[in-house]
Amino acid sequence: MSCLRYRWRGRGAGLSAQPWKFLLLNMVTAVGRSVPRRDGASKVTGEARYTDDLVVAGAWYGKTIRSTIPRGTIRSITLDPAYDWGGSRVVLVTADDIPGDNVVDLIRDDQPVLARQGGEIRHKEEPILLLAAADRSTLEEAAEHIRIEYVPAEPVFDPAQASEVYTTIEIRKGDDVEAVEGVEVVVERSFTVGLQEQLYIEPQGAIASPTPDGGITVIGSLQCPYYVHRALKRALKLTDQQAVVVQAETGGGFGGKEEYPSMVAIHAALLARKAGRPVRLIYDRHEDLAATTKRHPGVITHRTGVKKDGTLLFQNIDILLDGGGYCTLTPVVLSRAAIHASGPYSCPNVRVRARAVATNTPPNGAFRGFGAPQSLFAAELMVEHVAERLGISSVDLRRKWMLRLGDTTATGQKLTESVSSDLVLDAALKAVPPVPPVSPSRPSVRRGRGLSLVFHGSGFTGSGEKKLSGTVAMEALADGTFQILTASTEIGQGTKTIFCQLAADALGVPMGRVTVAPQDTSLVPDSGPTVASRTAMIVGRLVQEAATEITERLKREKAPLRVEKSYIQPDSLHWDETTYRGDAYPIYAWACTIADVDVDVTTGAVRVTDLVTAVDCGKALHPVLAEGQVEGGCLQAVGWATIEEIKMKDGGYQNDRLATYLIPTALDAPNIRTILVENPYSRGPFGAKGIGELPMDGPAPAIIAAIHDATGVWLDEIPATPEKVIAALARKPA
Amino acid sequence: MVQFTLNGRRVSFEGSGSRRLLDVLREDFRATGTKEGCGEGECGACSVLIDGDVVDSCLVAVGQVEGRDVLTIEGLSSPLQQAFIEHGAAQCGICTPGMLLAAHVLLQRTTRPSADDVREALAGNLCRCTGYTKIIEAVLSCGT
Repeated sequence: MSCLRYRWRGRGAGLSAQPWKFLLLNMVTAVGRSVPRRDGASKVTGEARYTDDLVVAGAWYGKTIRSTIPRGTIRSITLDPAYDWGGSRVVLVTADDIPGDNVVDLIRDDQPVLARQGGEIRHKEEPILLLAAADRSTLEEAAEHIRIEYVPAEPVFDPAQASEVYTTIEIRKGDDVEAVEGVEVVVERSFTVGLQEQLYIEPQGAIASPTPDGGITVIGSLQCPYYVHRALKRALKLTDQQAVVVQAETGGGFGGKEEYPSMVAIHAALLARKAGRPVRLIYDRHEDLAATTKRHPGVITHRTGVKKDGTLLFQNIDILLDGGGYCTLTPVVLSRAAIHASGPYSCPNVRVRARAVATNTPPNGAFRGFGAPQSLFAAELMVEHVAERLGISSVDLRRKWMLRLGDTTATGQKLTESVSSDLVLDAALKAVPPVPPVSPSRPSVRRGRGLSLVFHGSGFTGSGEKKLSGTVAMEALADGTFQILTASTEIGQGTKTIFCQLAADALGVPMGRVTVAPQDTSLVPDSGPTVASRTAMIVGRLVQEAATEITERLKREKAPLRVEKSYIQPDSLHWDETTYRGDAYPIYAWACTIADVDVDVTTGAVRVTDLVTAVDCGKALHPVLAEGQVEGGCLQAVGWATIEEIKMKDGGYQNDRLATYLIPTALDAPNIRTILVENPYSRGPFGAKGIGELPMDGPAPAIIAAIHDATGVWLDEIPATPEKVIAALARKPA
Repeated sequence: MVQFTLNGRRVSFEGSGSRRLLDVLREDFRATGTKEGCGEGECGACSVLIDGDVVDSCLVAVGQVEGRDVLTIEGLSSPLQQAFIEHGAAQCGICTPGMLLAAHVLLQRTTRPSADDVREALAGNLCRCTGYTKIIEAVLSCGT
C-alpha cells in the first residue's frame, strides 16, 4: 500500500500500557483493517444485479416526453387521431393521471411531476408526458405521434440578471468588514466555476410494479430510499405501507442519485399504475446527461483586507449560484457553500452574502461537495492572490491564517477537537519530492506545483441531524447472527462493509456473524439519506451504539432481540438557523492537496501529473476504502478543474453525450497518493469523521495555483480548458 | 440464425442479426454482467472479448459474431478478480466487468506490464469511483 499513515496521539489515544493486549485486540478486530468488501465477489463476477439487470415478468418499457423549449407555457398537447392509442398497445400518462399532488416532494413544492397543458415550462427537458409499451419500437413510434405546442417566453440564462431568488444567506462575524481599522492592503478578485455532471456510469433507472393492496413497489438506482418513499406517497397518494422503495445495486451516485431518483420513481409508478403492470423506466446516457441535475455553477467574489505582515483583518465574500429551473436542493447547497466560503481560516471580521437564483436551465442539484468545492475554490485562490500581493509564501500565509484548536469559524463555532490544519499541511509537504525538471525534448512544456488547504463539515449542516433523527435497528437472531437494519445505501463507498466492521467490533464477534438487511423501506427504519459525508460517521455511530446495547442486553436476555437507536444531538452543539451563528457542523475533516501540472504553452493543454493529498479522517475504519474515497473524489475534482465543461445552447446542454462530455480516463488520471492522517473525533465511531466529499474540495485550487507556478498566469475560471489557458497566456505581459 | 461460442459454450440466436450484441447478451442470454453505460462506445462498461480482443458490445451487431468466440464477465476466471477485491479496485462495480476483461487481455499479451501499459490498456474503460489508482495497483499485482 502506497499510503503513509500518521497516528496522532491526542487525548487518550496513546499506546496501551500492556502492549500484548493492544496487539491481541488488534488481531481480532475488524475496524482499521482492509477486510474484503462485502459486495466484492458479486461485483467481480458479474453477479451483482443493478436495476436494468432485473428480470420482471410482464414488464413494459417506459419513456418520458420532455419540453423542447426553456421557458413558456404549453399551448396544446395533441395525439394523432389516426394512431392506435389502444391501452393494450400503449399507455399514456399526463398530469391529469396523478392521483396525489403534482409535486416532486423535496424542499420547496415548485417542481411538478409532469407539466400540464396550459402550465408553465421552466426549462428544457422538463417532463410533460409518459409513455409505456410492451416493446421499445412501439414506444418510439407512439412518441412520434404526439405534438406539443408552446407559447414561448423570454428565457433567463444569466444568473446575474435573474429576478427570481431561491434563497439568500448572510453570515456575519465581528465588525462591519468595510469599517475595520488598520487595513493596509485590500485584494479583490472574482472566480467563476462551471457546471459538472456526476457521471455515475450506471444511468438513472427504476422499475415500478403495482401491488395487490393498491400500492406500488419501486426498485431502483438510488441513494436515499426514504426520499423516494416520501415523494412516491405524496404524488401517488399512497400510505406508508402501500409505497415500497427498494434499492437495487447502484452504479455510482455522487449526489446525482440523491434527489433525481424521486422523479424517475414517480414516473415509473404512474405508468405502472395506469398500465396495471410493471414498467421499467431506464434512462439512456443521452437522456441522463440532458435532463438530470448538475453541480451548481457560480461566481464568487472576495474582498480581503490584511496588514502588510499578512495579518488577516477581514473577508467580504459574495456568492452567486445558479439553481436552474427548479429549486431542488439549492438552498442547502448554498448553505454549505456559504459556511465554507471563508476557507479553513481564522478571521476576526467576516461577511458572506450568498444568493441562489432561478434561471431557465435544467435544475442543478446535489453533487459531492455540495457547494463547498465552489466556495473553497475561491477561498484558496484568494490566499494565493493575497500572498502574491504581499510578496510572501502562500504556505506561510496559510500557517498564519489557518484555524487551530480553540479558534472560531465564520459562524462563530469554537473548534474544540480534531483540528488538523497543521497536521495535513505538514504531512503533504513532507511527502512531496522536489518538482522534477521537464525533459528538454518537450520545450513547450512548463511544469508547476500548487497547494490547497481545505476543511469540510462532516454530516448535515446545523440542526439537520437533530431534525432528521435518523434511526437504525439491529437484531440478534436465534442462530447467533446479527442483522443491521438501515436505509443507508451502498453506492460503492463501502457502507455495507464498514457497518459490519463497526458492528462486529462492538459486539465482539467475527464479521461473518453480521449481515446487512436490504435497503427496502418495508424492512428498514429511516436512517436518513446517504449524503453529506454522514453515513460512516453519523449512521455508523448509531450502528456501533445499537451493537453495544445488544451486547449488554444479551448478558441478561436471550436472542432474538431487537434494538433501535436514534440520533440524539449532543447538548454542546448549538445552531441558530435564522442568524447562521453557532456550530455549523459537529466536526470538520481536513485536507491538504499538492498538485503537479504540465502545461503545454503552445496548445494550452493542462495535464495534472501528480496529486498528493493528506486527509484527516479521524480514524480510517477501512484504509483501502478510505483511500478509494479520496482517490475517486480527487479525480472528479481534477475533471472539474480541467476538462469537464458543459457548453450551453438555448438553455440546454450542447455536449449531452459521452462522446462530447469528457471525464478523465486512466490515461488522463494523475498518480494520486493518499496520506491518511488520524486525528480522532470523540463522537465518531472509533474516532472516524466523514470524508466522502472532502477530496472534491482541494484539487481544483491546487491545480490552478500549479498552472500559475508553471506559466505565471492566473486563471479565475474553471475548467482550465486549452482555450482559457491560451487566452490567459496571450494576455500575459511580455 | 447466428451461431457463436459464448463463454466456452456453443449457442445459437434466432432473431435479427442487426440487434446489438449487448442487448442479445443481456436479454436473450441473461448475461447481465455486461453493462450499458453510454450506448456509443465511449465508456467501455459493455466490453466483451471477441476472439480475445476487447470490443464494445454496444457497437457490434450480433450477426458479426457468427462463428466467433465471445467471452463475457460470466465466463472469466482470473486472479485479477481476487486482486480487484483485495486492492479495492471495485467500488460501485458497474465498470468492473468491462475493466476486468480489458485487464485480462493486457495480461494475456504482456506478462509484466508497466503502470503506463495498464493505463493505456484501460483507457477505453471509464471509472468514476476509484480515480483508477487501485485498479492500476490491482492489475500490476497480477503481473508475473
